[in-house]
Amino acid sequence: MKTQYPIKGRKRQKMKRLMKILVSTVLVASLSLAACSCAAKGGDEEDSGLIKVGIINNDPNESGYRTANDRDMKNTFTEENGYDASFYYSLKNEDQIAAAQQFIQDEVDYLLISAAGTSGWDSVLQEAQDAGIKVILFDRTIDADESLYEASIVSDMAQEGQQTVDWLASQGLDEYNIIHIQGVMGSAAQIGRTGALDEMVANNDNWNIVTQQTAEWNAENAQQIVQSVIDSGESFNVIYAENDDMAKGAVQALDAANISHGVGGDVIIIGFDCNTWALEELLAGNWNYDQQCNPFQASYIDDIIQNGVSQKVVIMQEQGFDATTITQDDVDNYGI
Amino acid sequence: MTSSGNKTLKKNGSIGGFFNKLIHQQIFIPLAALFLLIIFNLIADPSFFKITMGESANGYNVLSGYLITIIDRASELAILAIGMTLVTSASGGQDISVGSAIAIAGSVILRVLCGTNSRPDHMQAPIIVAFLVCCVVAMLFGAFNGVLVSYFKIQPMVATLILFTAGRSIAAWINNNELPVISDPEFAYYGNFIPGIPIPTPVFITAACIIVIALVLKFTNLRLYSQSVGINSDSSRLNGINPQVVKLITFVILGLCVAVAGFIKVSRLSTINYSVVAKDIEMDAILAVALGGNALSGGKFNMTASIIGAYVIQFLTTTLFKFNVSSTAIAAYKAVVVIILVVLSAPIVREKLGKLKEKVLPSKSAKEAA
Repeated sequence: MKTQYPIKGRKRQKMKRLMKILVSTVLVASLSLAACSCAAKGGDEEDSGLIKVGIINNDPNESGYRTANDRDMKNTFTEENGYDASFYYSLKNEDQIAAAQQFIQDEVDYLLISAAGTSGWDSVLQEAQDAGIKVILFDRTIDADESLYEASIVSDMAQEGQQTVDWLASQGLDEYNIIHIQGVMGSAAQIGRTGALDEMVANNDNWNIVTQQTAEWNAENAQQIVQSVIDSGESFNVIYAENDDMAKGAVQALDAANISHGVGGDVIIIGFDCNTWALEELLAGNWNYDQQCNPFQASYIDDIIQNGVSQKVVIMQEQGFDATTITQDDVDNYGI
Repeated sequence: MTSSGNKTLKKNGSIGGFFNKLIHQQIFIPLAALFLLIIFNLIADPSFFKITMGESANGYNVLSGYLITIIDRASELAILAIGMTLVTSASGGQDISVGSAIAIAGSVILRVLCGTNSRPDHMQAPIIVAFLVCCVVAMLFGAFNGVLVSYFKIQPMVATLILFTAGRSIAAWINNNELPVISDPEFAYYGNFIPGIPIPTPVFITAACIIVIALVLKFTNLRLYSQSVGINSDSSRLNGINPQVVKLITFVILGLCVAVAGFIKVSRLSTINYSVVAKDIEMDAILAVALGGNALSGGKFNMTASIIGAYVIQFLTTTLFKFNVSSTAIAAYKAVVVIILVVLSAPIVREKLGKLKEKVLPSKSAKEAA
């Protein structure tokens, strides 16, 4: 027995060493992988006639919107189009600001920013201006002096909400009993899309909110909220979900309870963002309306870089799709 | 007859005695919380408990009602609570990466089922294969956490922080950042209803998990080993238990729970959204363990109490939805209730409450005797 102990001990030490090597390899590998995917830099090509742009964006995994936005950026700012683009992604404001400083040191010509947070950008934008770097904001605005950036290209969320509510009003129902499923409270999209509906409900007696809850962009929470209303036995004829995922969750709850929806159904389904699969639901008549939130800012930015600034704040064209008029071409062109 | 003998007789005989005994049971707190929620709903609106049979869009009869919603929706949480209780017991810490790990597990399932095409007309592999692959992957990630905790002696919360941060990106990367959708209705059975059976499938899956863990705890030494490692890992080592292996095993079991929960999650919607799927579920799972009256510092545990804790959380969520609590306030309401429950389950408060009761109750029983 006694002789077994040292052997065991040695074995265990060996195991330990092996484990350590294994785990550290995995860690290093995963770290370097992460590093690769975070900073896909476009090589050192000074004086090659290319316009050097540094693009700071949110994490492309965040949502379908962001994925489409990132793809659009990557397709536009290519070498064939005369750009040398570097990308940086983070959902954290501080990380983005640090990346902006890095880009300034790298002497880019243009800095394109979709800020994670609205504040804290003043000094770094000042630095950029002093270095002669032009800043263009896209998708999100920030709280900084207008002189610090060339232009900002944004979606008007309130406008999106208004277009949708106008469409809903045009349906001419006798009574609107609405389940309103909100996004993450305080986000620009939630505030804009909620605002228009709230105003309409306040001004019209035949517009009622059955329930108004946040599902935090989560399909499953939306499913629970609608399920809760169905369980309570209250009647409703409109579901106003502030993004496509939540509309999908809501529809699943309706299906389980055998409540008809979509074109010719009992309940009108409204979603936002125009995901491809959502537009296909429209095409199939399962939903009624989807409002676009345009993620394709790259062409606007390209235009500004090539032809100069025409206006400080560019609000993008956005449209809504009605299930009765949507075509396959719309799905292909506007789906994200 | 001594006075002490008298006392025990009295205690066992009277209702107060029974109550006293109950209040010292660990399971009392989650049960009391559940009871309070039931009473509240009974008073506020008895229709809360109504269950109706109706036809779903597929033409099958299914049960619906708040109670059904609760036992259905609490499924993932109850399954996670099983694994989280074991991890808590053995390692004295919590795994905060389960939400991200569910994203990975779900992503793996969809990847196997979809193959290279993110929108297939037919599933590319049998569901059982996808599920088994997902189990293996989730257990590997569990083992990764477990190795960091047991062999490298990193605090569980710090060790699992790695996966917590990276998990959702890994999940997106597994599917090339696409959002796969499975159109085959068979896949949706596991998160919704099997045709012809009126009770949601996740309820059966959860029941199966509970039975399995009950059998494991009854017929293996898992409970004894993880508790003794959690109470004192040095002395358990001296008694021939390998603490590192035990901790590792609990993390692997949690990985298995994650796989099952992830499977239910993706099946509910037949798709996945990497950034929001199972968001914050790790906090609810830890809360379930805490509500069950288990010490988060490890050691002894009560599995039943944890599982009931999970149902309490869902009961609370559904109640808040029912009463249309405004979106901005819902988190605050939840927090208030949770604080009350957790404070009540703290040993110090319970001791004080027990003493308070003794002050009140003896006088009562004396009066009754007279």
